[in-house]
Amino acid sequence: MQSVIGGVVALAKGFATTLQFAFQKKPTVSYPNVKIQHAPRFHGLHELRRYDDGKERCIGCELCSIACPANAITVIGAENTPEDRRSPGERFAARYEIDELRCIFCGLCEEACPTDAIVLTPRFEMADYRRSSFIYSKDRLLVPQDAGKGTAPDERPNGIPSDLGSVIEQKSTVDIMAGYGATHRGEILKTERKGLAG
Amino acid sequence: MTVAHVLDLLNTVPWWLVVTVKAVIVLVIVQTVFAYSMLFERKIMAWMQLRPGPNRVGPWGLMQPAADAAKMLFKEDLTPKTADPIIYKLAPFISLICAMGAFAVIPFSESSAGIWGVADVNAGILVIFAITSIGVYGISLAGWASGSKFPLLGAVRSTAQMISYELAMTMSVIGVLILAGTTSLSGIVHAQAKVWYIIPQIFGFAIYIITAVAETNRAPFDLVEAETELVGGFHTEYSGLRFGLFFIAEYLNMITVACIATLLFLGGWNAPFGLTIVPGLIWFVLKAGLFIFMYIWLRTTLPRLRYDRLMNFGWKFLLPAATLNLMVTAAIVAVLG
Repeated sequence: MQSVIGGVVALAKGFATTLQFAFQKKPTVSYPNVKIQHAPRFHGLHELRRYDDGKERCIGCELCSIACPANAITVIGAENTPEDRRSPGERFAARYEIDELRCIFCGLCEEACPTDAIVLTPRFEMADYRRSSFIYSKDRLLVPQDAGKGTAPDERPNGIPSDLGSVIEQKSTVDIMAGYGATHRGEILKTERKGLAG
Repeated sequence: MTVAHVLDLLNTVPWWLVVTVKAVIVLVIVQTVFAYSMLFERKIMAWMQLRPGPNRVGPWGLMQPAADAAKMLFKEDLTPKTADPIIYKLAPFISLICAMGAFAVIPFSESSAGIWGVADVNAGILVIFAITSIGVYGISLAGWASGSKFPLLGAVRSTAQMISYELAMTMSVIGVLILAGTTSLSGIVHAQAKVWYIIPQIFGFAIYIITAVAETNRAPFDLVEAETELVGGFHTEYSGLRFGLFFIAEYLNMITVACIATLLFLGGWNAPFGLTIVPGLIWFVLKAGLFIFMYIWLRTTLPRLRYDRLMNFGWKFLLPAATLNLMVTAAIVAVLG
C-alpha cells in the first residue's frame, strides 16, 4: 500500500513538472527575425581595412597566408607605382582570396598581420548555393572606398553590426567585455599565464 | 419558406441520402479535428519541452496540417520486395476504415429534432468495441505483411497488448452499462443527467483511461511503434500516404476513445453546474478535448513501459481490479434495486 501511494505521489509530481514547463518562458530565439547579440570578439567573416586617407592597409606580405592553419588564404602581391599608390608601403595585394569553406575562423591571420589590415568581423550569415561563391576575393573583402575604413576588433562596438537586423540583448552570466578592455590578445594571454603561475 | 416547409422537404428525402450526407459531414469534421489535434499535440508537447513548436506555416503555425498533408501526398509509396503486396497495401485501409467506422454511432449532441450523429444505435457501445477491435487487424497484418523483422515484432506486441488490455477495458465499461441499464450511447448520456458516472465509477474511469491509452498504442504504452527500439514498429516499412493513413487511424482512435470516455463517464453533452446556456455540443467538444490534452500530457511525462511490466500490469492488476469494480457495482445495484 505504501508503495502504491508513493507511486501515485511520484506520478503527480511528474505531471506537475511537465505542466509547469508548459507555462514557462521559452528560451528559443526566432532566429531570422530576432538575433542574439554576441561577444565583440566573435570570429566571423573577414574584412580588409583601409587607412584614414583611403589607402589599403594590406601590403601584400603574405604573412596571413603563411599563418593560416587551413591554407585558406591566397595573396599575390604587386609593386606600387608612383602613379597608382594603392597602399602606403612598397607593395600591395594584387589578389587577395579567402576560401571561407576552408577557413576555421581561428583569427591567426588577424594576429599575423603587421598592419592590422585583415580582421574578422562578427558577420556570420554567409550561406549560399554554390561552393564557388564562398571564395571571397578583394571585391567582397575590402571595405568599399565610401564605407569608412573598417573597424579594428578592439574598437568594435559590442555585438552585431546594425545592418544585420534587429538584435535582442544577450542574457549572459559572464561579462563578455571583461578582459577585452586590455585590447591586445597578447596582454590577455600574459595575464592568463600569470594567473596560472600564481 | 418556413422551418415546417424545410422539415416537410426533409421527410421526402430518402433515408439513405440523409445518412450519406450526415456521414460525409461527420467525416469532414472529424478529419479536420484530426488535423488540428495533431497540431495541438505538437504545440502542447513543444511547450512542455520548452520549445515554441511549429510556428512557420501560417499564423501561429495554423496551416501546418495542410503542409504535412501535402508532404505525405508527394512522398514515394514504397513496397518492400519481401512484402506480401496485397495485404501490405490493404492493411492501412483496414486500420483507417475501422477508425472512421466508429464515428457512425457516436452521438455528439442532442436537440429537439433528435440525436446529432449519423446513427443512434441501441447497442452503440458494443458496435464501437466491435469495430475498433477489428482495427487491430490493420496493425497486425501490416507488421506481418511487411516481410521485415521490426514490423513483425511490432505486430506481435500489438496482438498481445490488444488482447490483454481489451479485456480490462470492456470490464471497466460494463460497470457503467449496469448503472445505466442500457447499451445505447444516448441512453447512457440521459442516465447521467443528475450524476456523471465518473463519481460512482471512479475506479472504472481510471482503468478505462489506462487501458484506452494502451489500446490506442500511445505513450507510455506505445510498444507497438516504439521508435527507440523498433524503428517505427508495425509501420517501419510504410511511407508516404500509406503511412499517413496509419497516422490518421491512430489519431482517430484517440478521438474515438476521448468521445467514449466523455459519453460514458463525463456526462456527454450534459452541462456541468447547470450551465445550460452553453450548447451541449460545446460541452462535448470541451470534455473530449480535455481527454486528448491528457493523452498529450501523458506522452510528455511518462517514459515507455518495459514489455513484461506492461503484461504484468495488464493481467495482474488491471484485469482483477476491473473485475472487482464490476462485481462491487453489480452487487450494489442488485441490493439497492
